[in-house]
Amino acid sequence: MELALQSLPALARASLVTVGLAAASMAAGLAIGLVTALIRIANIPVLSHLMRAYVSIIRGTPLLVQIYLVYYGPPQFGWSLEPVPSGILALSLNVGAYLSESFRGAIESVPKGQMEAAYTLGMTYWTAMRRIIVPQSFRTALPTIGNSYIGLLKDTSLVSVITVTELLRQSNVIIARTWQPLTIYLTAAALYWVMSTMFSYVQQRVERRVSRHV
Amino acid sequence: MSEPVVQVTSLRKRFGSHEVLKGVDLTVHQGEVVVIMGPSGSGKSTLLRCMTFLEVPDEGTVTIDGRTVTAGPLTKERMEKVRDIRRHTGFVFQSFNLFPHMTALENVMEGPVTVLRVPKAEARRRAEELLSKVGLTDHMHKHPSRLSGGQQQRVAIARALAMSPSVILFDEPTSALDPELVGEVLQVMRALAREGMTMVIVTHEMAFARDVADRVIMMDDGAIIETGSAEQIFTEPREERTRRFLSRMWRDGAP
Ligand SMILES: Nc1ncnc2c1ncn2[C@@H]1O[C@H](COP(=O)(O)OP(=O)(O)OP(=O)(O)O)[C@@H](O)[C@H]1O
Ligand SMILES: [Mg+2]
Repeated sequence: MELALQSLPALARASLVTVGLAAASMAAGLAIGLVTALIRIANIPVLSHLMRAYVSIIRGTPLLVQIYLVYYGPPQFGWSLEPVPSGILALSLNVGAYLSESFRGAIESVPKGQMEAAYTLGMTYWTAMRRIIVPQSFRTALPTIGNSYIGLLKDTSLVSVITVTELLRQSNVIIARTWQPLTIYLTAAALYWVMSTMFSYVQQRVERRVSRHV
Repeated sequence: MSEPVVQVTSLRKRFGSHEVLKGVDLTVHQGEVVVIMGPSGSGKSTLLRCMTFLEVPDEGTVTIDGRTVTAGPLTKERMEKVRDIRRHTGFVFQSFNLFPHMTALENVMEGPVTVLRVPKAEARRRAEELLSKVGLTDHMHKHPSRLSGGQQQRVAIARALAMSPSVILFDEPTSALDPELVGEVLQVMRALAREGMTMVIVTHEMAFARDVADRVIMMDDGAIIETGSAEQIFTEPREERTRRFLSRMWRDGAP
């Protein structure tokens, strides 16, 4: 117990890194996911096939392998990324692929009459997407986006393998010094749980707020 | 008479092997109110949708307010012209199709601000004016989900008016409404007709047609089979098919 308390400041600081990694990856992942979904729905030649391959590869391979590849792969060609940017890149590519699938579903579920109403006002396809369709699809996709974020919070633990000092790696560092794995891992688990639960709460409030008008 | 606002010539449209419009001609003059009637599946909606290229016609031309588009695939160049036509043509759907993520006011401002690049303050003033004109001053800041069907349709009419269209096309604007809400929408449309708005209206409301239509057009099986004043069509139709359609309408409880 005492050890748990002693290690708490260090672990809490590392938790901030975890939250930061998740938030940065989520922001990039949202952008990647939206662009990918739009390219595929608009059926842009070549690009749309590339995006399909990208989604398929991400979905068909383990995240851990993706993280290794992004970090250890490029140095073979003589250029490399720091651990933190590598980790964010790998995580955002991963979450972006999954999000693109939810965006695609959400965009396709917007009733056809919405696009038609936008067209009759003289909007172009892309203006209608931006002003009318995408905002509505965000509302539909919101629960999935929230769940992806919680998933991502936990998945950040995987980038500990490329020496990013987030919550899990910090725990390992403390264990190497104190040799008390049970206490430390339990403390780390509790911190993950607190972060996820706090976010769930925020998510529920946001969803309730947004669903009022739909 | 003045230059026609709408001129449709030999419009044809097929879905697969089913020919839905078999060469339709339609001319509408400034300030005219044209009501289109006809049995289900006769191609009334398809005609209106082809006029704004929501469906792309296979043959024919559409001219609205001097802007002509010929039928054919939507190339970049044709798309430009189509958008130009759409900017000058209001369309009111049976199912309203308001934007659910925007308030009534924002719905009405959307076209002017996003498409016509009208400054926001100005668009807002005009939208408020239009909403009060359709009797929704007290509901401007509500989202569509908080409005009744009749109120939603009136917002949709205000949204169309906000573009200052040369003509408004209505596709069964009251068919999705509870009977007690039909009147408020028809009343707004009557007022527009009186002000001289050019309108093409697909509707089954015969009393309304008799009131406002300068001309009633009967469609059947993808073609116009008869045209005349409401009085003439309703009391002494020339075509057997018109007679049959009308007797069905009377029987099904039209006024
Ligand atoms: N997108 C489409 N694909 C295939 N067939 C279609 C399509 N739209 C309309 N049709 C067919 O074209 C015909 C005419 O349809 P349209 O909707 O224009 O008729 P309508 O006169 O408006 O009928 P209603 O009074 O029922 O609204 C119908 O047989 C319909 O099934
Ligand atoms: Mg119809």
